[in-house]
Amino acid sequence: MNTLPTRMAFGRELIELAKENENFVVCNADTKTCSLEQFEKLYPHRAFSFGIAKQNLVGGAAGLAACGNKVFLATFAVFASMRACEQVRTFVCYPKLNVTIIGTHTGLQVGGDGATHAAIEDVAIMRSFPNMTIVQPADAVAARKIARMAVDFEGPLYIRLHRNAAEDIYDESYEFHLGKANLVKNYGSDLTIISSGILLAKALQAAEILKEEGIFVRVLDMATIKPLDTEAILRAAEETGAIMTVEDHTIYGGLGSAVSEVVVQNRPVPMEIVGIRDRFGESGDPELLYRDHGMDVPSIVDKAKRLFARK
Amino acid sequence: MCVILSQFTYTDADVVRLENQAAALRQDILNMIHAAKAGHPGGSLSAIDMITALYFHVLRIDPKNPDWADRDRFILSKGHACPALYAALARRGFFDPEILPTLRQYGSILQGHPDMNKVPGLDMSAGSLGNGLSIGVGMALSARLHKQDYTTYVMLGDGEIQEGMVWEAAMAANHHDLKNLVAIVDCNGVQINGWTNDVMTVEPLADKWRSFGWRVVECDGHNMQQILHALHTAKTMRHCTAILMRTVKGKGVDFMEDNPAWHGAAPSDEQLVQAICQVKEGGRAQ
Repeated sequence: MNTLPTRMAFGRELIELAKENENFVVCNADTKTCSLEQFEKLYPHRAFSFGIAKQNLVGGAAGLAACGNKVFLATFAVFASMRACEQVRTFVCYPKLNVTIIGTHTGLQVGGDGATHAAIEDVAIMRSFPNMTIVQPADAVAARKIARMAVDFEGPLYIRLHRNAAEDIYDESYEFHLGKANLVKNYGSDLTIISSGILLAKALQAAEILKEEGIFVRVLDMATIKPLDTEAILRAAEETGAIMTVEDHTIYGGLGSAVSEVVVQNRPVPMEIVGIRDRFGESGDPELLYRDHGMDVPSIVDKAKRLFARK
Repeated sequence: MCVILSQFTYTDADVVRLENQAAALRQDILNMIHAAKAGHPGGSLSAIDMITALYFHVLRIDPKNPDWADRDRFILSKGHACPALYAALARRGFFDPEILPTLRQYGSILQGHPDMNKVPGLDMSAGSLGNGLSIGVGMALSARLHKQDYTTYVMLGDGEIQEGMVWEAAMAANHHDLKNLVAIVDCNGVQINGWTNDVMTVEPLADKWRSFGWRVVECDGHNMQQILHALHTAKTMRHCTAILMRTVKGKGVDFMEDNPAWHGAAPSDEQLVQAICQVKEGGRAQ
């Protein structure tokens, strides 16, 4: 089974795409993010180094985009969303410039680097900016498809990528549709698990265990977090009567918040939001951290059972 | 590889024409801020002579084709001085000057700080200080990437350069050898809470820019001959160049000059009459 990190799959695909598509440039900070550091060696005239200066990185990207270039910039999500937060808001989103922000090293999966480097608030921040589109692949296959979408995308785009290897869920027949949730498993109508990013794998494992225990769930991959596929969420509420969200992010302002905003305003049903609960990340094996934060497979199964009981 | 920047010439007649144009734009600035009952007259009046030189003589621009790919770029990083830029764009023919009194009003294209998607001829949104030079770096990189010969100008306030990001951009411009980038620092010595060197010393200014690898040109920012000379010299440097222009905040209106209270305040009806009278005089005196 292929187990490439989503960040590497995305970056390598972009380098592949550069062969046939001359219409984009890459801005890099001095971080090892998604192998785009290699881009400079292959396409020196289309790559720009900004050093350890993330605000300038985003500002420079905005200037390039204002002159008609399609710009990709890559840095750790924690810096893109917070160190350069205002530059993303005021100089990319407000003027609606064609900049794709590749945010890597997201969530607890960062592991050893600890709290300073684990972006657990980035979706909440990016989601609050008008004109921003947010996409998060669940595996390397989706990351490659999203890279193909991104080169032709117009406007501010945030791609959320993970650091470590994640097992593939999809095969090459997977097609990414911007703004559309993907029904990955449909075992029945007891409840719906909506996930985004690499925790989809855990959601799917939980679905199998639940099936064995007599609870038949659906699993939706919400790869596009903004704009949200409200139709799919409302269908889930209508047809399964309970929704659980699973994300590698704080429960404040991320996927769970986004889904519940739709649910409570349109079709209230019991919900359970699985994510980081008002805590910072810390160093450690990601699987231990997920367990500690109630985001591992047994925790998802337990929470799903409790949710089902509330229907 | 190296694209030669287009150069300009000027005559004594140009200097007189530009001085008179600046005096007319000063009236627009005062009228706009008076009508809006808010705005930033001090920094608009210190910047207007340079902005006049740029928009009425130096910049390669075409009001009929504001999105012309090969146009020179101008970023007003000190975005609060936008009444000066709006007046210049309107009088240069980018939009109807009748719109000028709608500054800061609901529904107006003339936002309190500039929005590039609303105003024809405006190259970049601005307002949050310290950001413009980074964007100028991006624009200058784009010119080189596409072998275009336009120049990118970024105007900053001397208080604004207290923002650390300015120096990230200054470092990057030198690193990338951006010969097509000109920073213009409006050294009026005043910021909202007082005199710049009381709030946070920015001197020695020329040494700072030089130590970041920039060429430095200094001029009197209210002397049109010196302004044109400085802009001309900047284009001959073949290196990123900072024009440090010594200015007077509120220049042209005696009660506004060098007075922090006029950083962001609108003149009353009476003060407007007095101010307009003074800037008209100033135009003729020159």
